[in-house]
Amino acid sequence: MTTTISGELTRPGLGGGFRDLRQSSFLLKLLVRKELKVRYRGSVLGLLWSYVKPGVQFVVFYVALGVFMGLERSARNPDGLSNYAVYLFSGIVLINFFSEALGNSARSIVNNGNLIKKIYLPRELFPVASVWVSAVHFFPQLVVLVIGCLFAGWHPDMFQLLAAVGGFAIVGFLATGLGLLFGAANVYFRDSENLVDMLLMVATWASPVMYSWTMVQAKLGPVFFAIYQANPITVGVELFHYAFWYPTTDGSAAMPPNLFSLWLPIGLVISLVVLVLGQLTFRRLEGRFAQEL
Amino acid sequence: MASAIEVSNVSKEFVLRHTRSIKEAVVWLVKGRKGDLSKKFHALKDVSLMVETGETVALLGLNGSGKSTLLKHISGVMLPDSGSVYTRGRVAGLIEVGAGFHPDLSGRDNVYLNGAILGMTEKQINERFDAIVEFSEIGEFIDTEVKFYSSGMYLRLAFSVAVHTDPEVFLIDEILAVGDEPFQRKCIAKIQELAEKGKTLVVVSHDLDLVSRICARGVLLEHGNVMFDGPISEAVTRLRN
Repeated sequence: MTTTISGELTRPGLGGGFRDLRQSSFLLKLLVRKELKVRYRGSVLGLLWSYVKPGVQFVVFYVALGVFMGLERSARNPDGLSNYAVYLFSGIVLINFFSEALGNSARSIVNNGNLIKKIYLPRELFPVASVWVSAVHFFPQLVVLVIGCLFAGWHPDMFQLLAAVGGFAIVGFLATGLGLLFGAANVYFRDSENLVDMLLMVATWASPVMYSWTMVQAKLGPVFFAIYQANPITVGVELFHYAFWYPTTDGSAAMPPNLFSLWLPIGLVISLVVLVLGQLTFRRLEGRFAQEL
Repeated sequence: MASAIEVSNVSKEFVLRHTRSIKEAVVWLVKGRKGDLSKKFHALKDVSLMVETGETVALLGLNGSGKSTLLKHISGVMLPDSGSVYTRGRVAGLIEVGAGFHPDLSGRDNVYLNGAILGMTEKQINERFDAIVEFSEIGEFIDTEVKFYSSGMYLRLAFSVAVHTDPEVFLIDEILAVGDEPFQRKCIAKIQELAEKGKTLVVVSHDLDLVSRICARGVLLEHGNVMFDGPISEAVTRLRN
């Protein structure tokens, strides 16, 4: 049994989970680049759409909620939130990232079915590439947010910037985990993507993006408020508020209690648990992708 | 010689489900599981196949005999229900050329994307890029989006990427029937060259004359069973009768 060209006998088709991703980083890069190129093909504005869409969304929400419904603090409305525009937008960009990442990764396996049916490659690449693409689209929105913050007198310290990174990581892990889970489930039941759409709609309103967390605390009471706080997206949004909105205010606004000592670790742990569960489910189901697609 | 592919007692059962919605599945459960929500059939029954390094094997059989399913097990796209599949070295498939192509990307981008999908590294693609373009005869159109390619050009580029991946085991599924005569001859010459270099080839094709020129060994499948395994000429004769 001596041959020069060959290595060991291996079993084809058994993925190594996330370990494969490191080996296929070049392919991951190309998949992400493909998505970015294909996204705005044939459109005049191209990547500008990534600025225009959140911009319009922001104006609509700001006028409807901030002005009409009186969430913005003004002379006649002293109980409102100061710098509501920054408050709103810092939450919106994070929710947009989550929605896009989860929505696309949940569809990624079925959309790439032609490839998955014919050629073996680590299938985790597709959901992960979707999340990555969303992160790239998140960047221009972040730029807009920072410019807005600077106009509002933003002067963050190091800790606040780290809080933003933490919030982004929590939401990114959660989106990847759920994306793997729903992406795999979608192969078997196409209901999965509708479920995701519904979930995303709920997610927007189940975190203090449009409103203030104090309103929730006042209505829900301590037990339900704790459940509300345990939502990793809520933690992520509050961390973003702390990083972008809080440094633009006079510092009199209250941040949720125990945000860093309790809720940040909880949010991170929940996200990581979801990620591990998503990956395990994905590996259990991926063996039959080729025949079910 | 060492074996390149070891398929032992592989069985595969397909479930033909009629529904893709949870609602119908729930209704079926509530109604006391009346009727069949799914139908099963055996695509492969206890198939064993040993291929030595450097062998050229043709999988023959009528439509639905399990040839492509077997090939998908060797490439790892499908996992067996029972039995085991082992391969040695890198396996690459020319399984439906162009599966990894995106119509809105240029030929150049597609070469990189498809090359990476077939397992090439960035360095390998950079080195072989010129050879790939030259073999494909695409020339100046390499920077055009592939949706504007003729089907022949599309095929030539895809084939060219695949033959330049340089795997140890080469799986070819029904792709030689397309392309014009001169290019087809070029492809066959390339495949024969690979075989002479000691690469292992597994070919699925309905073109019996073609496979008898390329392959030395024929495996005849029928309804998921191996009916015959031996010299290609005998396998072709059996299939023709």
